[in-house]
Amino acid sequence: MIVAKQKPLEEIKEMIEDYKKVLVLGCGTCTAICLAGGDKEVAVLTSSLRLADKVSGNKRTFKEHTVERQCEWEFIEELKEQVKEVDAILSLGCGVGVQTTSERFPEIPVLPGLDTLFMGMPQQERVWVEQCSGCGNCILDQTGGICPITRCTKGLLNGPCGGTNDGKCEVDPEKDCAWTLIYQRLEKQGKLDLMRQYYPPRNFQAVVRPGKVTME
Amino acid sequence: MTPENRFEPEIVAFCCHYCAYAAADLAGVMRLQYPTNIRIIEIPCSGTIDVLHLLKAFEQGADGVLVAGCLKGGCHFIEGNIRAERRVERAKNILDKVGLGKDRLEMFFMSSSEGARFAQVAREMTERVNKLGPSPIKGV
Repeated sequence: MIVAKQKPLEEIKEMIEDYKKVLVLGCGTCTAICLAGGDKEVAVLTSSLRLADKVSGNKRTFKEHTVERQCEWEFIEELKEQVKEVDAILSLGCGVGVQTTSERFPEIPVLPGLDTLFMGMPQQERVWVEQCSGCGNCILDQTGGICPITRCTKGLLNGPCGGTNDGKCEVDPEKDCAWTLIYQRLEKQGKLDLMRQYYPPRNFQAVVRPGKVTME
Repeated sequence: MTPENRFEPEIVAFCCHYCAYAAADLAGVMRLQYPTNIRIIEIPCSGTIDVLHLLKAFEQGADGVLVAGCLKGGCHFIEGNIRAERRVERAKNILDKVGLGKDRLEMFFMSSSEGARFAQVAREMTERVNKLGPSPIKGV
């Protein structure tokens, strides 16, 4: 899923400064799961903004709504009546959600309430880790299901480097060495011979930005 | 301020059914006096409290809010009070950022046998909010 985190309240307050009627729009998919932009986060953020407005004497009205997914036309269509009553939409979706909403309602400014970070998974309660870079050239079959492009700090294809230290990375001792993890995983699978394989330099243009896929 | 319009804070107290609510009851049975500014809301466990409940209380004009849960290690739902403590901390941060100040909110831990402690907490919180003055959003 896509992992994001809420922008600082100060930044959000500045962003909505010029608008009097704001729709705080949540997304019920990825950003809800990473506790950044679901129904509950919409309610807490709106309540915080209302309190801040009351303290500073601002007269502003808020609407709250969460759609199932902000990144698909079908799901944001339900907003078409509500957006007529607001000056701006404060989106708690990822960057894709913000842009899809903005493209559907181009006459209304859609402001990002979140910083979109990466594609990842929840490792434990309140901790998410990056797992995939979307490089368009997947080699997970060769590396025991652990992506060295994403999880090795140096993105090495032929690891480990000399900086691996008791399973930790020399760049950041808090982080696991991805190539140690790959070694251990391949050992469990009895496929350590894959470690001997040499990978030529990657094709960094497997996905030419901006990416586009047309199903044939 | 003249005695007639002296500031009387309104303090919402979210009290866990198993400890603080029973302690408040005991304080009554013991005939202990505590300020009448406390408005008790009984909750099944302090862990049921959400950041949103705390913010809504302030939005609706509370001058102070307290959450009272079981002693650490004594929660009937194992770690409800620990979760509540984390949420209170988060709500305090938000209160600071919106300009209300984190001191208007506090978490307390007590057992059901501590009637005197409940009365003490009620006095402590009332005194603190009295010093802070009325919530700046009151009547807005």
